[in-house]
Amino acid sequence: MLDLFMTFFRIGILTFGGGLTMLPMLKYEIVEKKKWCSEEQLLDCYAVGQCTPGIIAVNTATYVGYLQNGIAGGIWATFGMVAPSLLIITVVAAFLRQFMDNIWLQHALMGIRGVVCALMFNTVINLAKKSLVHPICYVICLVAFLLAMFTDIPTILIVVASAVAGNLLAKKGGQA
Amino acid sequence: MVDIILLLKVFWEFFKIGLFAVGGGPATIPFLFELSDKTGWFTNQELTNMIAVSESTPGPIGLNMATYVGFRTLGFFGGVVSTFGLVLPSIVVIILIAKFLANFSENKRVKRAFWGIRPAVTGLILSAVISMWRASLLIIKDTGYAPATGSIIVCLVTIVLMQVLQKKKFHPAVWLLGGAVVGLLFRL
Repeated sequence: MLDLFMTFFRIGILTFGGGLTMLPMLKYEIVEKKKWCSEEQLLDCYAVGQCTPGIIAVNTATYVGYLQNGIAGGIWATFGMVAPSLLIITVVAAFLRQFMDNIWLQHALMGIRGVVCALMFNTVINLAKKSLVHPICYVICLVAFLLAMFTDIPTILIVVASAVAGNLLAKKGGQA
Repeated sequence: MVDIILLLKVFWEFFKIGLFAVGGGPATIPFLFELSDKTGWFTNQELTNMIAVSESTPGPIGLNMATYVGFRTLGFFGGVVSTFGLVLPSIVVIILIAKFLANFSENKRVKRAFWGIRPAVTGLILSAVISMWRASLLIIKDTGYAPATGSIIVCLVTIVLMQVLQKKKFHPAVWLLGGAVVGLLFRL
């Protein structure tokens, strides 16, 4: 159990960004070093992690922990994954709040905000490349965008509606 | 004394995000914008700062964002509760799937649902990005909004550079550091 916690703690502290950037690290720690699961199992788990709600990193940690040691294993691995974020962000957030009025930090943040806007733009482009595989997908994307932008319909409803739309339309769109 | 009611509200909001944000970290961002509009716990501009911090500190972005938002709202316990709320649905759902559904991701209905969800999530994130641009690239003045020219230039230059340097995958933290240096040098 402690081993599960420590291993995922280490993975959590050494990954920046999360999601796909974690994969090489997971392969090294979980498959090669600890031999807790095979590479195929890890990839399966990634597939499941991507199509279940929640943060992919957490989903993966829970899954590997569960395979190794049942429900308790899943919980310990997840705590390991969560702990570094909790510690580091709490310190950073407390620190930032005190320095928020500092004029130099303000200058730096003006530049940083510009970069964040660009990074997020890039994220959308990358997502679009992967998700817009058929004209119907463009329509779904546009409708979701317009609803989110110009109405007060809760985001949750849009996600649920798109799952229904996927079930009704995917066959037409060439998805088996 | 920590406000228990508010703590429960924070937990509940993040539990919902954990349950419905499909596709990992970036998928939580539209929900966070919705949360800031709905509750006023933080501003859209603060959210942009939070994303910058979350991208350049260790740990998955989704978790970092949750901790940060929770901390900003209610201090240390807020951070713990928001993170726990975000994670709980994952733990439950994944354990159920691991236990009962061996071939979950091969299931036809699941595959079709995701064929629809993925483009929708892209649209949702696009709308969040536009809200973010509005919050970060405009400065609120007495007379209304004024463009934050420095940030806009940095943003455009970064987008162009990212396209040009596509082969070299720089870490987001490198870009953010660059932005900070430019901001300091030119006193944006």
